[in-house]
Amino acid sequence: MSKNNNDFVTIYVMGKKQKVPADLTIMKAMEYAGHQFIRGSGCRGGFCGACATVYRMRGSYKLQGALACQKQVEEGMIIAQIPFSPSEKITYKLNEIKANANTFLEYFPEIARCLSCNTCTKACPQDIMVMDYVQAALRGDIKLAAKLSFDCLGCGLCAMRCPAEIVPYNIGQLARRLESKYIEGPTEQVLSRCEEIKEGKYDKEIESLKNADKETLIKLYNSREMKNE
Amino acid sequence: MSDFKSGYPEYMQESLKKVSETRSSRFGKEFTPMTAEQRIQILEKFHPDWKPQMKRGLKIGPSKGMLIPHEVADIIESHSMIKHDEIDLTKIDYDLDVLIIGGGGAGLSAGILAKESGIPADKILLVQKLRLGDANSKMAQGGIQAADTSIDNPAIHYLDVIGGGHYANKPDLVEALVKDAPDVIKWHESLGVMYDKNPDGTMLEIAGGGTSRNRMHSCKDYTGLELTRVVLDEFINKEIGYTEFTSAVELLMDDKEQVAGAVLYDLETKEYHIARSKSTILATGGFGRLHIQGFATTNHYGATGDGIVMAYRTGAILRDLDSTQYHPTGAAFPEQIVGQLATEKLRGRGAQPVNKYGELFVYHLEPRDIESSSYIRECYERDNGIVTPTGMKAVWLDTPMIEKVNGSGTIEREFAAMFRNFNRWGIDIRKEPMLVFPTLHYQNGGVEINANTETNIAGLLCAGEVCGGVHGKNRLMGNSQLEIYVFGRRAGRAAAKRASKTNLGELNLNHVKRYDKWLEEAGIITERKSPIILPEYRGEKTLSHQLKIM
Ligand SMILES: Cc1cc2nc3c(=O)[nH]c(=O)nc-3n(C[C@H](O)[C@H](O)[C@H](O)COP(=O)(O)OP(=O)(O)OC[C@H]3O[C@@H](n4cnc5c(N)ncnc54)[C@H](O)[C@@H]3O)c2cc1C
Ligand code: FES
Repeated sequence: MSKNNNDFVTIYVMGKKQKVPADLTIMKAMEYAGHQFIRGSGCRGGFCGACATVYRMRGSYKLQGALACQKQVEEGMIIAQIPFSPSEKITYKLNEIKANANTFLEYFPEIARCLSCNTCTKACPQDIMVMDYVQAALRGDIKLAAKLSFDCLGCGLCAMRCPAEIVPYNIGQLARRLESKYIEGPTEQVLSRCEEIKEGKYDKEIESLKNADKETLIKLYNSREMKNE
Repeated sequence: MSDFKSGYPEYMQESLKKVSETRSSRFGKEFTPMTAEQRIQILEKFHPDWKPQMKRGLKIGPSKGMLIPHEVADIIESHSMIKHDEIDLTKIDYDLDVLIIGGGGAGLSAGILAKESGIPADKILLVQKLRLGDANSKMAQGGIQAADTSIDNPAIHYLDVIGGGHYANKPDLVEALVKDAPDVIKWHESLGVMYDKNPDGTMLEIAGGGTSRNRMHSCKDYTGLELTRVVLDEFINKEIGYTEFTSAVELLMDDKEQVAGAVLYDLETKEYHIARSKSTILATGGFGRLHIQGFATTNHYGATGDGIVMAYRTGAILRDLDSTQYHPTGAAFPEQIVGQLATEKLRGRGAQPVNKYGELFVYHLEPRDIESSSYIRECYERDNGIVTPTGMKAVWLDTPMIEKVNGSGTIEREFAAMFRNFNRWGIDIRKEPMLVFPTLHYQNGGVEINANTETNIAGLLCAGEVCGGVHGKNRLMGNSQLEIYVFGRRAGRAAAKRASKTNLGELNLNHVKRYDKWLEEAGIITERKSPIILPEYRGEKTLSHQLKIM
């Protein structure tokens, strides 16, 4: 791909001036400029949160957050990657936790310090209402905290910006696990199918498929009933 | 609609208009599925895998003669990055019962099960070359299969898997896959995975390409994210040992011809470490980042096929690597997201592939190899594709149909990731279709295992995408997320069992020396070294480019 001059923009990778094609993501622009990622690159598709990045535009005081693989470079962008956010994940035994109103305060007492400043929400590259789910957890509303935090990739930007030093994504994780395990509970059809399999209900049928020759399998496959409604 | 701004350039507007005008007449219509003969014909003519000049026979090792893509043969027919006599094997940095290489779903679940099978947490180590969980596992959007409805059962699932795989699958592995499936879902729910449900509390299950029943379980279109982060959270709760940004670069053997751990390389400090282990589980995932035939890929940054290389050097048998999966719907526009996945679930919920005239041209849920081939035919033989600004050809995937079929709000609710990831580039998939073209997606084959995840080399177990045999020559959507938990858990158990009755002998790297001899004897003179660990994207190499397909 050949480019002419006005297809390029100037960015500052940790302060160093670089000229890069204007249509690249921050991630590809850094590679174009000669970086090889060890940290800071994972799925490269907006699904893992490995590529948390902060930037300011020249002439602006505003510090913004983005996923490097999901954000296009712009003229005058000053970029720093945040490849790691220091935090300790509390360990717990899910089987022994009670899903009640005080659970979050017990495991994450710091959530009581939430200032409701909404900085976390503004920092989130997934546009999640982070403050709202932290507040929901504080109130013991597991369902809401689980729902609101669902699209979280764990990139760490909220935790880096929180003035009360809360690590929201760990709270969201616990909320979702509690919601599924204790509020929704196991699904009946799954449990009963597991029982049937354990009792050997399908063994004979599967055994005969395993022993069938290719011709028989082809016949069975091509004439199988489609019930996709 | 007056403030609506199209996300596509002016020159595509005429075609977009046709797509929108034909939507009502396409509503409720399906293109007729192909017959068995038509399928073979289209594969032969259009599938990238069926082009003999793109492959060569392996010249060395136990699977000598197997036809595989040049890019894969290149990393296999390479020298080790270490010299067998330059590493001090007397200084053991980690003395383990179970070593796990790779921290996606297969590796993480193996760790949990090894611990639950009685191995102390500090006798297990998971080595991961990126951050824990940053892997193909996290990227799955569509879902995971399990036959648990009243109109379905594991035998029906079996037939779908083996037919989809062109009857090349290993029966024991398919049996394990379909029979363990409901138990995997049960395990996930017990760990706190939030699967999508119907209002009555039953599982929401949808169709997938090549499945004869609705059996795809999902968590919006963040299925892999949800599964991986829950399993990862549990892994950390169990306080199992792990080390990140460290790559295994070679397996170790002992004087009893068993695999006995691995040589590790810390990508940050650039130091080697020796991990001795009674059982070693390879869970390194696939090879999308090798960009077979120049295709863009959906895979994560670390998908460089390291596992097949390391296993092959010890003499492990490979299979089905002649077939590679191209996912029909990779994003083709805009440039920033070329190659990224547009989940099959979109078609499962009614999105139709259409050409530049807004016409249907293929049944929307053919198995992936057939579906991909038909997009290539539509673009390259019939010239009914849309050309993107960077010169790629593509077809439309009519996503607005989803809301027409299932009601408005469906896309934001069920496709949060797709909606967000396209919206970032100014395309509202509720109102406008996507441009798609096949993208390199999945390593169908790999190291041969048995149902207990054992290979032909004692001490070496494998689970997940690094393996071959489960999916034959073609994997169906939802069976790989299933595979990694079925076989990851089996590997954890088997590794624990083996560790309790294994004594290791003296460590060596004789197999590396032997490999150099194989290369020499086969007349392969090369500077290539592997595993390659990370792809090379510095400079122009990061840019996507036009494909020469025909
Ligand atoms: C975009 C996308 C969407 C998908 N959607 C679906 C879907 O809807 N349904 C479905 O069933 N399947 C889907 N798949 C396929 C499925 O997700 C993968 O095949 C599966 O998750 C592989 O899991 P794994 O644990 O074997 O490997 P991975 O999850 O890839 O994990 C392997 C890990 O090992 C690490 N590693 C590699 N080499 C080394 C080394 N030498 N040393 C240390 N670490 C190493 C890798 O970096 C990686 O983190 C999808 C795949 C992709 C890419
Ligand atoms: S690299 Fe995974 S979100 Fe950017």
